[in-house]
Amino acid sequence: MSKISLIIKREYSTRVMKKSFIILTFLTPVLFAGMIMVPLWLASIKDSTKKHIVVIDRTNSYHEVLKNNESYSFDFVNKPAEEVRKNNKKNEEFAALLVITDDLSVNSKAATLYSEEQVNLELKSYVVGLLNNFVEEKKLASHNIPNLKKMVEESRADIDITTVKWGENGKDKVGSAELSLAIGMISAFMIYMFIVIYGAQVMSGVVQEKTSRIVEVIISSVKPFELMMGKIIGIAMVGLTQFFLWLVLTLLISAAAGSFIGSDIDLDALQQANTMGMGMQAPPASETQNMVREVYSMLSGFDFVQIVVLFVLYFLGGYLLYASLFAAVGSAVDNETDTQQFSLPLTLPIIFAIYAAIYSAQNPDGPLAFWCSMIPFTSPIVMMVRLPYGVPAWEIMLSISILVLSFIGTTWMAGKIYRTGILMYGKKITWGELWKWLRY
Amino acid sequence: MNLLEVENVVKQFVGHRALDGVSLTVPENTVYGLLGPNGAGKTTLIRIINCITAPDSGEVRLNGKRLSSADVQHIGYLPEERGLYKKMKVGEQALYLAQLKGMTKSDALKALKYWFEKFEIQAWWFKKVEELSKGMAQKVQFITTILHEPKLLIFDEPFSGFDPVNVDLMKREILNLRDNGATIIFSTHNMESVEELCENISLVNQSRIVLQGNVAEIRASHATNTFRVDSASPFADNGFEIISQQQKNGIVESVIKKQAAQSNNNLLNELMKYSEILSFKELLPSMNDIFIETVKNTKVASSNNE
Repeated sequence: MSKISLIIKREYSTRVMKKSFIILTFLTPVLFAGMIMVPLWLASIKDSTKKHIVVIDRTNSYHEVLKNNESYSFDFVNKPAEEVRKNNKKNEEFAALLVITDDLSVNSKAATLYSEEQVNLELKSYVVGLLNNFVEEKKLASHNIPNLKKMVEESRADIDITTVKWGENGKDKVGSAELSLAIGMISAFMIYMFIVIYGAQVMSGVVQEKTSRIVEVIISSVKPFELMMGKIIGIAMVGLTQFFLWLVLTLLISAAAGSFIGSDIDLDALQQANTMGMGMQAPPASETQNMVREVYSMLSGFDFVQIVVLFVLYFLGGYLLYASLFAAVGSAVDNETDTQQFSLPLTLPIIFAIYAAIYSAQNPDGPLAFWCSMIPFTSPIVMMVRLPYGVPAWEIMLSISILVLSFIGTTWMAGKIYRTGILMYGKKITWGELWKWLRY
Repeated sequence: MNLLEVENVVKQFVGHRALDGVSLTVPENTVYGLLGPNGAGKTTLIRIINCITAPDSGEVRLNGKRLSSADVQHIGYLPEERGLYKKMKVGEQALYLAQLKGMTKSDALKALKYWFEKFEIQAWWFKKVEELSKGMAQKVQFITTILHEPKLLIFDEPFSGFDPVNVDLMKREILNLRDNGATIIFSTHNMESVEELCENISLVNQSRIVLQGNVAEIRASHATNTFRVDSASPFADNGFEIISQQQKNGIVESVIKKQAAQSNNNLLNELMKYSEILSFKELLPSMNDIFIETVKNTKVASSNNE
């Protein structure tokens, strides 16, 4: 086994075996999935028991309106409210008491729901929906205009703009600006995170080798450049492993959860969960299915293979660019606390890049977006935001070429600083000193 | 046969010259002392021999051939600034370092088993380095240095961090290694161990070699013609100088300085005229004295030049 692969293997295996890596890698997708799935699951939980609602209807005109359904049954009584409460206190199936004191088309506040506990929204929206429909129809009928109900139905507007991105060879793709933004920002943040986290790992790894004084033992066996590259490549592989595990786990979990939820809850419940609060009625099932289909067709409008491949390329390019510089900083200082002074010029462009990415998302073809996706210090992050909106191939090629040339340059520079730095102890390093090492 | 030849090596750093025309030859199967005060250029020379840095001019030859980076697997180096990965287990780490030196995994395991048994430290195999004391870690470090049976071993202050018992153990091991065919370069400030272990030395000061040669010859050439003589009765000055004389338990202990031209036998003949001689021993200067004297002299010389 060649020496550099030994170093890569050590860097990789010691990190991947760490508890913190394993926990973070396996917990994050679960956490993500949980954030999406738990509200869905909660919404899907239905009370299996039928609840009774006792109605005291002083107007005696709502018997027909309040229909029983699978969750609720209505019992009409003619007793004082106090008595109903006393009678039903121990009765678990008693959910609420509905008191209607007046004609609702005249006095819209004449209905009240009493309950021992907070009345749940589903019940409220169900009752309100039934009463609303009835009153609306009654009001329309009172105008005595034939076909008025139909006219009102027809005049209801339901506008939804479909955005279409023209694909190559004339194929239309259904696009979605929101989805593009989401995909772009998620991948940009992930690259940002990977560069910061793994760049810092490279730096602290170098500092630890220096402070533990093992570095001279090792470079009597291998060249300093091999040691540096071995560390950088080993940690890059840790990053890629984490990324692919996240990808696979997220897909697995969402597939599993999808099949579980798909069989267990119908999408109506989901819709209800969203619309209930507003007192609206759930759209019919066919409409929901349409929406789901629409989202799928929008998702399929993105070239995910291209995005994943370019994500990996930009991650590697950006990481290599910064990691070698982080390694150089680590080699120049004596302990971890001294790293801050020298790592600031490295973290600033990364932070700038994430801001540039946020602004580029608003205008993905503007000059800021263009230039920041060419400058190698920002391109890995900014380009990720632009990709889902579609970027001309020549721009991607140019940006990647610049990135590759730049990381070769920074790695060469870093190698020079590194081989001098790792053998320097107890010397306060200045920028001038670093410049000397570079030329030396 | 010389294992290592260093010829006219020059190394210039920004603003100061670390080595200025240094030459030395290390005969095979010997212990060679590389001495000098702090900052003299010893570490730079050792790093050049280890291919960690390259000389600006001059040449280093191993076995008569110009040194290349492929030779590092025939060299074992124990640096003065040494350490191990703190979070890594002892066995795993020793194996890793051995493989970096080009050993195969099975060879390395076999050799490690031998040395761990020899030093009776098998129990440490699964311990993390941070759990070991400094002396324990030094033992592990010593093993990883010699494990790949290098032809040339370079020890920089090998005894620091060891208790006297272990210093003795290490000294014996170093001599064993030499007897088994290794050549050893030994850099230290402990002059007693130099007298004990080294056949030849080079003394580096201010980037140059100021003293070089066989330890016994160097000491002889620095002889001050003083002798320690124990006798039954005191002497009087007669062509020699009595530096001190005192009587203890019926024995007269004298320190006598003879004329440089006078032979030892001649001096003895003179002394015998006065008294029965119980013992007669030349007082050679210690390496410590020679070191201090030489370093002081080069300082004076260089300040005169300026």
